[in-house]
Amino acid sequence: MRFGIVTFPGSNSDIDAYQTVVDGIGEEAVMLWHKGHDLGGADVLILPGGFAYGDYLRAGAIARFSPIMREVRAFADGGGRVLAICNGFQIACEAGLLPGALVRNAGLKFLGRSVRVRVESTGTAFTNAYAPGQVLRLPIAHGEGRFVADQQVIEELEGEGRVVMRYVDAAGDPAPEGNPNGSMHNIAGIINAAGNVFGLMPHPERAADALLGAPDGLPMFESLVARVAA
Amino acid sequence: MSRFRVSVHIVPRTGILDPQGHAVADALHSLGFAQVRDVRVGRHVVVDADAETPEAAGHAVRAMCERLLANPVIEDFEIASIGRP
Repeated sequence: MRFGIVTFPGSNSDIDAYQTVVDGIGEEAVMLWHKGHDLGGADVLILPGGFAYGDYLRAGAIARFSPIMREVRAFADGGGRVLAICNGFQIACEAGLLPGALVRNAGLKFLGRSVRVRVESTGTAFTNAYAPGQVLRLPIAHGEGRFVADQQVIEELEGEGRVVMRYVDAAGDPAPEGNPNGSMHNIAGIINAAGNVFGLMPHPERAADALLGAPDGLPMFESLVARVAA
Repeated sequence: MSRFRVSVHIVPRTGILDPQGHAVADALHSLGFAQVRDVRVGRHVVVDADAETPEAAGHAVRAMCERLLANPVIEDFEIASIGRP
C-alpha cells in the first residue's frame, strides 16, 4: 500500500510521516511536491504538519491554492482517504474538505507538549485499530489549534459521531482542564460526512515509535492499512 | 481603467472568542481606560486594483474577501474606504 505525503513550502512533519509509514509500518511512501499535479499512485494521502507559506494571512489559507490541491480535492471527492495532521488539518478546513476553522489558542501561546486524547469513534478507516474510548498520549505543536464552528455544524458533528478525537483530562474526561487550546467541545479531530477525510491537531506521526516512548500514534497508520488494503 | 485603493477591515466574528482582543482589553483596563467594554483585534488589508469605477473596485475586493482575504467561518469584513492610491 502506498501513502502519498504532500510537501508544501513550510511543511516540517512530512519526513516524520514518511518514516512512520516506511519504518513504522513497513509500507511504501512517496513524497509529493505541492507544485505537482501527480499523486504518484498513492492509495492514501497525508497532509502533514508544518507552517505552509509561513501561515500568511491565516494558517492554511494560501496552501489551499497550491497546484496539487486540485488533485487532492478530486482524490477526496472520489472517496480517497486523506489524513490531515495539524497544519494539514488547517489546510483541509480552509479548503472546505472539513467544516469549521482552527484559530489562535485561547491562551494565545504556541503549545508544544503531550496531551491526552480520547478515541470517540473506532468505526473509521483511521481509528479501527484503537479500542473504543481509549485514551492516547499524543504531542501537539500549534499556535492555532482551537477548533471553532457554527453551532449547527457542531451539532451535526456530534449528532453524526464525527468527533473522532477529544481532548481529555487525566481522568479521561473531556473537562476544560484537559483542553489545551480552548477547542469547542474539546474537539481534537473530526471526520467528514463521507468518512474519508480525517483532520486532527495532535501529531500521530511524532508518536509512532516505542523507542521514543510514544507509540500511541502508530495504530492510526495501521488502521488505514487494515481498511484500505482490505 | 483607473487605479483605486480599497481598504478592508477583517475582525473575528462576534461570538467567536478573541483572546487577543481580551488581552488588549485587560491591558487597557490596567492603564486606567475603565470605559473599555470590548476589543477585537483583526487585520487591515489594503488592495490597489484597476477598475472602471470605485464601485467596481469595491465589488471586486468584496469578492476577494469572500474567497480568500476573510474566512466567513470565523471572520467578518467590511470595506473601510475606497480612494486613490
